Amino acid sequence: MTTLQAPGQTPLRPAEAGELEKATEKRNRRAYLALLIPGLLGLLVSFVFPLAYMVRMSFNRGAPDGVIEETFTFDTYIQPLTDPYYWKVTLDTFQMGVTVGVLCVLVSYPVALFLARSQSKYRSLLLAIAIAPLLTSAVVRTYGWMVILGTNGLVNSSLTGLGIIDTPLKLTNNMTGVTIGLVEIFMPYAILAMISGFGRLSPQLEEAAGSLGASKFNVFTRVTLPLSLPGILTAFLLVFVLSISTFITPRLLGGGSVQVLATEIYDQTTGLLNWPFAAALSVILLVLFGLIIAVYQRLTRKIGG
Amino acid sequence: MNEAPLFKPRFNAAKPAFGILVFLLYLFLLAPLLIVFVVSFASNQYLSFPPEGFTLKWYGMLPQESTFMNGMRVSLIVAVIVTVIVLALGVPAALALDRYEFKAKGAVQSFFLSPLLIPSIVLALGMVLLFGPLRLTNTYAGIIIGHVAITIPFVIRTTLMSLATTDTSCEAAARILGADSWTVFRRVTLPIIQPGVIAGGVIAFIVSFDEAVISLFVAESGLPTLPVQVLRYVENSADAAVAALSVILILISLVVVVVVERVMGLRKALR
Repeated sequence: MTTLQAPGQTPLRPAEAGELEKATEKRNRRAYLALLIPGLLGLLVSFVFPLAYMVRMSFNRGAPDGVIEETFTFDTYIQPLTDPYYWKVTLDTFQMGVTVGVLCVLVSYPVALFLARSQSKYRSLLLAIAIAPLLTSAVVRTYGWMVILGTNGLVNSSLTGLGIIDTPLKLTNNMTGVTIGLVEIFMPYAILAMISGFGRLSPQLEEAAGSLGASKFNVFTRVTLPLSLPGILTAFLLVFVLSISTFITPRLLGGGSVQVLATEIYDQTTGLLNWPFAAALSVILLVLFGLIIAVYQRLTRKIGG
Repeated sequence: MNEAPLFKPRFNAAKPAFGILVFLLYLFLLAPLLIVFVVSFASNQYLSFPPEGFTLKWYGMLPQESTFMNGMRVSLIVAVIVTVIVLALGVPAALALDRYEFKAKGAVQSFFLSPLLIPSIVLALGMVLLFGPLRLTNTYAGIIIGHVAITIPFVIRTTLMSLATTDTSCEAAARILGADSWTVFRRVTLPIIQPGVIAGGVIAFIVSFDEAVISLFVAESGLPTLPVQVLRYVENSADAAVAALSVILILISLVVVVVVERVMGLRKALR
């Protein structure tokens, strides 16, 4: 903690400091507004207006060649909600979210458990390495997976080189590739969410169970796992919402043959120029997203509090 | 304590297995980044394994690739301006949120953090819809405004994090000793929030620099940023030529990671 205290001076007692604050607060009553307004305006322009405009746009009607018919209709919503194709896209998106969520939890759990318990002096370094990929480009990481999974990629070259398979496995341009890529890309999020959710898990509890005669397996199923369930659940929900809205990885590793809501929104805008329809799809995605985020936040608050 | 040794063998048997599992999962987590390094130094003409030899030719080719160099220029300009703007907007807002009491404070704070809760594809569509009629698509202004929304939450969060660890008595002490508000800010508050400001700034920089979806929607045809150029390139072929560029992008991220870890800790800054 930073202490700014000249030598030989005694720090103010908290009570004294509080009174002082009150006295100066009157003078600065409006100061906080001056501090807040630039930021609020910034978000208004870059965040609120675009979203509001998009919601309004979703009630317009799209005519061919990108012409937008100004009106107020629910047609744009009726189409995706009645057309079986969009039901399939939505279901595929959901299924992908669940698969990625489950797999991501499975591969992240041991790492999170290890980091939460570790007494090693390298713990903070290992934690940093686990989170650091968050700050690398999603495009670059997806490219890395294309190199690993592609027809001439690492996996196929190794397997054919070793004579295990003759024809390369199809690991890109399909849901398999997208799933593998997304699981890895969202691992840092899952690990972070789990570590934060492991609040009540402590090595002492596990040791206590062990010294009372529980087997290693029983310690895990009766103590470790139940106590880490909140972390597991929040990690799953987080990865789920991130997966259903992600664009770059389904686009690149899916190679056009994986259609999820995000890629559909992109195709509706750049390919078909059907702006109101794309807006309606976005609103639908936003509503799905919002519902799950609300559950997620309620959960994290419960765990935190 | 006779029991203790009894448990020992069981613990020892499980430990290495768990260690190996964690090591393999780390390998999986870092696989796409590690493979890009390997490929960028491999002399194979086309993407294939194993690497045939060591070469720096992919790096040597980069300066001649005008699409990448233009993209790099656009991304750097955007990221620098975005960083300056969000620091100017976000740091004062974080100060107001921590040092003042006012109605709806919780709501305002949630509002500042909320862009992170909106899928970027949705935001990107909203932006291209709004910016089109305003003639902001394919302009620096359009990309920069777009990136402000998604970077402000990081600056607010890291600055709040620095403020939360100190109480207001430092500022009060400075004031009672006769310092005016500007001096209090410059000599007391600024040093306190410095780690948060630095961490928020470099995170904002890298998030903007690496951002692909908003840039794709807002400026794909007229002012493609580097991630958009890479995306387009990789869409057509995942060959080795883009590996060298990817390594440079990873190294820039690494610098950011080290700075954030040093000044306030990666976990605190990103949670």
